[in-house]
Amino acid sequence: MIDLLTSHYTYVLLFVLLGLGIYMVIASENLVKKLIGVNLFQTAIFLFFISMAYIEGGSAPIVPHEGVPGEVMVASPLPQVIVLTAIVVGIALTAVGLALIIRIYAEYGTLREDTLREVRADE
Amino acid sequence: MSSIDLLLPLLIAVPIITATLPIALGLRYDRTGWSVAALTTTGLLAGALALASVVYTDGPVSHTLGGYPIEYGIQLVADEFSTLITLLVTTVATGVLAYTRRGGPRGNTFYTAYLLLVAGLLGISLTGDVFNLFVFLEITSIATYALVASGDGPEAAVASLQYLILGTVAASMYLIGVAFVFMATGTLNMIELADAIPAAERPVLIRAGFAFIVVGFAVKVAQWPLHTWQPSAYQRAPDGVTPLIAALVSTASAYAFGRVIVTVFGVDYLAAMPNAASIVVTVGCVSVLAGTILAVIQTEVKRMLAYSSVSQFGLVIAAYGVVIAGSSETALIGAIVHLVGHGLLKAGLFLAAAVVATSYGARTVDEYAGLARERPFVAGSMAVLLLVLVGVPPGVGFVGKWYIALGAVQSELWPVAAVIFLSTMLTLAYAARLLEKMYFTPPLSVGSADAPGSIATDGGTADADDGFAGTSTHGNATPDAVSIGMIAIVVGFALAAVALGFAGGTFADLLEPFITEVFN
Repeated sequence: MIDLLTSHYTYVLLFVLLGLGIYMVIASENLVKKLIGVNLFQTAIFLFFISMAYIEGGSAPIVPHEGVPGEVMVASPLPQVIVLTAIVVGIALTAVGLALIIRIYAEYGTLREDTLREVRADE
Repeated sequence: MSSIDLLLPLLIAVPIITATLPIALGLRYDRTGWSVAALTTTGLLAGALALASVVYTDGPVSHTLGGYPIEYGIQLVADEFSTLITLLVTTVATGVLAYTRRGGPRGNTFYTAYLLLVAGLLGISLTGDVFNLFVFLEITSIATYALVASGDGPEAAVASLQYLILGTVAASMYLIGVAFVFMATGTLNMIELADAIPAAERPVLIRAGFAFIVVGFAVKVAQWPLHTWQPSAYQRAPDGVTPLIAALVSTASAYAFGRVIVTVFGVDYLAAMPNAASIVVTVGCVSVLAGTILAVIQTEVKRMLAYSSVSQFGLVIAAYGVVIAGSSETALIGAIVHLVGHGLLKAGLFLAAAVVATSYGARTVDEYAGLARERPFVAGSMAVLLLVLVGVPPGVGFVGKWYIALGAVQSELWPVAAVIFLSTMLTLAYAARLLEKMYFTPPLSVGSADAPGSIATDGGTADADDGFAGTSTHGNATPDAVSIGMIAIVVGFALAAVALGFAGGTFADLLEPFITEVFN
């Protein structure tokens, strides 16, 4: 068990982060914090991909100037490309989400979900 | 074969590129958006038809992007299943775009979001790579959030944000599933995965991956109890946008789910996986019942139709479960036919609802009273579409349900067969409510129709937005806002829904090569 924790601690961290993120989405009444929770959730997945690709003693997957390809031990490049793409997707989502929150704040004057519910029920 | 495979990347890239044009040209000219969108969509429809003519005569077409080997490159594939969805997407997109020319929304930003949405949907249909699928799911979603938020009033922003948070978590769940599967197999290509998954050394990773993927798609397809984003999003989106979203977005996700089940994991592998089939069947069946019951108690027409979508997609998911549990070819045909049929039906129904809201000012079931006398063509189309949705032969809804029920009976899954029968009765319950109002109830007087702010039965407030308060009385409605073309589009969808019902056998013939490949 201890052995697993020392060698695979990134995976443990991943699930802690996933849990924190989803908890923030569910429990926080503040809309911005909800969005931060979503971001945390996504970041945990990026970490998952990166730690999956990691090789002990491996270097960055860049083609070296000299040396024969295949001699250098590198981390797998595919998950890193995936993470780069997923980060871009995440940024776009955050931007759209924040824009919507700004609109909601301008209309209702609140960022809290419980207040928002009351305001909408009154109308 | 020549260069027909170049059509695949073009179908996705062209709308993405032209999506920039309405905004860029809008800086200088006012009214270019519609022409750009119309030209692009017509081109896409032509491309999809050309692709279909090749796929259904010569077999699947595939294209490897940039010439990279498929171990790490991205492959686009058009087989019999994905071509059918491509045709549905381009057809419905063309119909809805034609409607928006007169019916709105207009504005260059709408056309940009519209083109991005179409690009994302075509990407979902054509991709052969599970991570690429995630990217297209997100492109589709972002365009949908923007379109929903463009509705009148602040409620649209709230609905859109709710959708955004749930949709993003769902897509992330799918991505975790992909990560697990990638960890076990080391590939992302669907065809490669089909071979690698049964050979994987650690099946527990595959099982965990499948579980996450199921949850992710259950949200995206709006399955009970994860459907909560969907009714508000459909209701608050602008009238011209709802048909597009309702007909295509969840349909594309359901297609992707089916693709992941039959192509990536494989029917035999999932049948051997403990509980996989029973979970998928249960999710589907519960959604069928919950969706119909919630639809029956709605007062808002758009909201009622949205809950009806929950139940209809439940049927498709239940059919997938039957495919896994019973290796039923019939159920797979049923799922595909129902997917396409439901897309057409919901496009037609929401367009009809939009026409009624614009011309007659009616948004709740009660306000539909006497519609048949005032607007015979729209009411007639709506009646036909509703009856087809119930499953009255010879509509396309009947063909889909028939194949699914037949598959369930052949696989001796009696609960599923019972649920389909029961759901038909319940669908009739809410369809009949609307039919009764339209045909057998005299119109309301002008004064009593103006009762805004009635509370929707599921907690949200119905029709509280100011944007349509002016049109919620019959006296203030503007019949001139509806052109003959708009009504013709609705009638066209209704006729197509009936005509496709006669084509049930054709569907089975067209899909046959795909089905044999899945079950060999």
